[in-house]
Amino acid sequence: MSEHVTLDIRDLRIEVDGTGNDIVDEVTLQVPRGQVLGLVGESGSGKTTVGLAVLGHARKGVAISSGSIEINGRALLSRSAKDLRAMRGSLVTYVPQDPSMSLNPALRIGTQILEVLEHHGFGSSQQERRERVEQVMTEVALPNDRDFLRRYPHQLSGGQQQRVGLAMAFACRPAVIVLDEPTTGLDVSTQSHVLATVRDLCHQHGVAALYVTHDLAVVANLADRVAVMYAGRIVEQGPTKAIFDNAQHPYTRHLTAAAPDINSDEPVIGLRGRAPAPGKRPAGCAFALRCELVTDECREQFPVERPVLRDHLVRCFQAGRGERLTPAQTPVSVRRDSESAPALQIRHVDAAYTGHQVVHDVTFDVPRGQCVALVGESGSGKTTLTRSVGGLHREWNGEILLDGVALARSSRDRPTAQRLSIQYVFQNPYSSLHPRRTVGESVSRPLRVAGASAREASHAAAEMLERVSLTAAYASRYPDQLSGGERQRVAIARALVCKPSVLVCDEVTSALDVLVQAAVVELLVGLQRDLGLSMLFVTHNLPLVRSLAQQVVVLADGKVVEAGPTEQVLTRPEQEYTQRLLADTPSIAAALAAD
Amino acid sequence: MGILKLVLRRLALGVLTLFVVSLAVFLLSQALPSDPARAVLGREATEENVAAFRAQYGLDQPMIKQYTTWIKGLLSGEPGVSYSNGEPIMDFLGDRIKNSLFLMFMGSLISIPLSLLIGSYAALRRDKTFDNANSVSSLILAAMPEFVLGAFLVVLFATNVWNIFPATIRIRPGEPPWSDMKGMILPLLTLTLAVTPYVSRVVRASMIEVLESDYVEMGRLKGLPERTVLWRHAMPNAIGPTFQVMALNVAYMAGGVVVVESLFNFPGIGLAMRDAVRDVNIPVVQFLAMFISFIYVITNLAADIGTILVTPRLRTRLS
Repeated sequence: MSEHVTLDIRDLRIEVDGTGNDIVDEVTLQVPRGQVLGLVGESGSGKTTVGLAVLGHARKGVAISSGSIEINGRALLSRSAKDLRAMRGSLVTYVPQDPSMSLNPALRIGTQILEVLEHHGFGSSQQERRERVEQVMTEVALPNDRDFLRRYPHQLSGGQQQRVGLAMAFACRPAVIVLDEPTTGLDVSTQSHVLATVRDLCHQHGVAALYVTHDLAVVANLADRVAVMYAGRIVEQGPTKAIFDNAQHPYTRHLTAAAPDINSDEPVIGLRGRAPAPGKRPAGCAFALRCELVTDECREQFPVERPVLRDHLVRCFQAGRGERLTPAQTPVSVRRDSESAPALQIRHVDAAYTGHQVVHDVTFDVPRGQCVALVGESGSGKTTLTRSVGGLHREWNGEILLDGVALARSSRDRPTAQRLSIQYVFQNPYSSLHPRRTVGESVSRPLRVAGASAREASHAAAEMLERVSLTAAYASRYPDQLSGGERQRVAIARALVCKPSVLVCDEVTSALDVLVQAAVVELLVGLQRDLGLSMLFVTHNLPLVRSLAQQVVVLADGKVVEAGPTEQVLTRPEQEYTQRLLADTPSIAAALAAD
Repeated sequence: MGILKLVLRRLALGVLTLFVVSLAVFLLSQALPSDPARAVLGREATEENVAAFRAQYGLDQPMIKQYTTWIKGLLSGEPGVSYSNGEPIMDFLGDRIKNSLFLMFMGSLISIPLSLLIGSYAALRRDKTFDNANSVSSLILAAMPEFVLGAFLVVLFATNVWNIFPATIRIRPGEPPWSDMKGMILPLLTLTLAVTPYVSRVVRASMIEVLESDYVEMGRLKGLPERTVLWRHAMPNAIGPTFQVMALNVAYMAGGVVVVESLFNFPGIGLAMRDAVRDVNIPVVQFLAMFISFIYVITNLAADIGTILVTPRLRTRLS
């Protein structure tokens, strides 16, 4: 394939400037014309750093120290700043993660697209460039009239903003395009349209695309080949199907086992620990610390890349060995106590946000001992509703009953015992723990509020930390000494320590990497089984629901669209909205079956 | 349409502010412990003389009446007569106002672009030599009182070190302030050195934030020249937050520079205010207080409108 390789990266090494510690090392990748290479990895694996290096760019404090990058045979890294500028934006372009931050708020979108063409001398006249702007707007399925081009970024929706990002990237007909998680933060329906546009444009115009992401389902649907990155190195790469069906590296196998899939009822499997940061990487294989197949050889040296099959390369001494990964625990068998009242009943609740009604007549129950998933896209009103349940939002009418007792509107008007029996776990574990309190203090705090003695409280806190698979030794640590997954475990322990009737989880995994997400889901499943927890699990992530919830409530525009047992809603949805939502959700299994 | 409505609304707010200020100024000057008649006429003045003085300037009228007369006078451009010589205030303040406005205008014309340049360049060269040197020197300048700074400049440029510029300014009555440009140089230099450190530090901070934004990185990744990235992508976003600070400093140059005026014997309103306070010349004090408030209201209004004009998110909300 080497004769039509468009993007050719060889032995790329990128360091923390001045320290010699590698962020990325020994990265060798090729992308042929018209193909999409998915570059997958956890946050901190170096995938964005590689993506930016393809444009000859390194962020502050980062330096590209060796290796080569060629585009259509032209070397990139040895160029002067002026030459590099001429290549960026025309020969090789970039689509960033967050379009709302990367479009200039002070410039009209038409100007921002046109200026790329002007600076790269596209076409021979201003007229021609203006026509190209209109043409590329059509290609990304946006209106191209004068009024639309005169809009500012804040006058567009998130999906439209990302299409403008694509238009800027495709304007000069580049040979290579780097896409850095371009659909993170978009709703699934918007994501699916943007992905379709990317795929069509790359194939039509023969662009080689490097698609950087942590989302395996997106990669399965979009990429021709996949490269898996761990701690700055490519540990496995090959055709997409081979990576998912015949993964050789234990890390890849863990990644795929951790990814929830809308079309599979297998539970997700998590993995503890975290990847070593630059400067703390071991001499041997970076994954050895977390690998179940580790040998002495692994600890001594980093394995070299070797082929498994044609086009399928892996860096592992134990490649292909090991059993199929199985879940550590049995799934929940739900006790059906039709006798006892539901833990939480929501009856005809309307909620408004500063006078504007966002939740309309919502009614559903959280039965005792069950997990109900409240699913909806952004703006569906799910957060407002759950905040009303927790008493954090006051503008609501209707009835919310906890253990059969109606709740006051605001948490301040609820008795302490009632407040303690609804517990909340928030989305972002980086801001939901008190930074100046030790883990032990945070976890024992609710018990102290309930009136327990310091001794009892710290004893119960230690016990609860064990329950969430942390050790009692964590009690004396501060949140900034913990990883994101560990913090979320602490938040769960804090919520469960006073044995609440209902646990409300608001997008608790969306700030976490896929392996950590899977581990948190496993934990919640285990806790539900062992403690008989009643849970309201709020998420926009449909595939995740499958591993966890017995019931699903689908919310759209503040109304309940569909509700029922998980299996039924996810496999035989009755409403068109749910059907469309499911169709737009990328699935690994469906993508592989389609090939 | 939208912007006009906003300007009108802000103007109305400004008028309201000035009304409140006028009340405060009037009541405070009434509450002064010294009697203006006694202060002007001297200790030996007879009761009849004092009564005549009070009748002449309407001080025997009820307070409400005095206030409305004063406001009417202000609005019709005849803000009363001076206690010290019985002449209309505007006759001798007119020139001083022109001088002060000229000083403000020239000071802004020099110090604002200079602050933008220094602040942006320091932000671009963050933590490098220029930035560090600028940071130290601007701190020293900001910490130094103006009379020290001005006196230092006088010693340096107007005495035997380099005798290049005159130490005082000479504007003859009736002549425009630009009739002695050479004399303007040292006062302007003092003001520039006093104002630029503040404004340039704010510009630097704002610029640093913008330079670290995703859209500036995106501009570079689009292959735009650094010049375009800086002036087209960064500057419009960085300048908005600095307008308020600029406005405060501009207004300060018009009314608050008593020390600089006195050092260079500059015939501006700062000195006039000082003299009027000393002489308990209440009509002049009241008028100057109102005039300085007016300048603050206008410059702040200009800053608000400027911020809206360079911020599409605010601008588009109007229409």
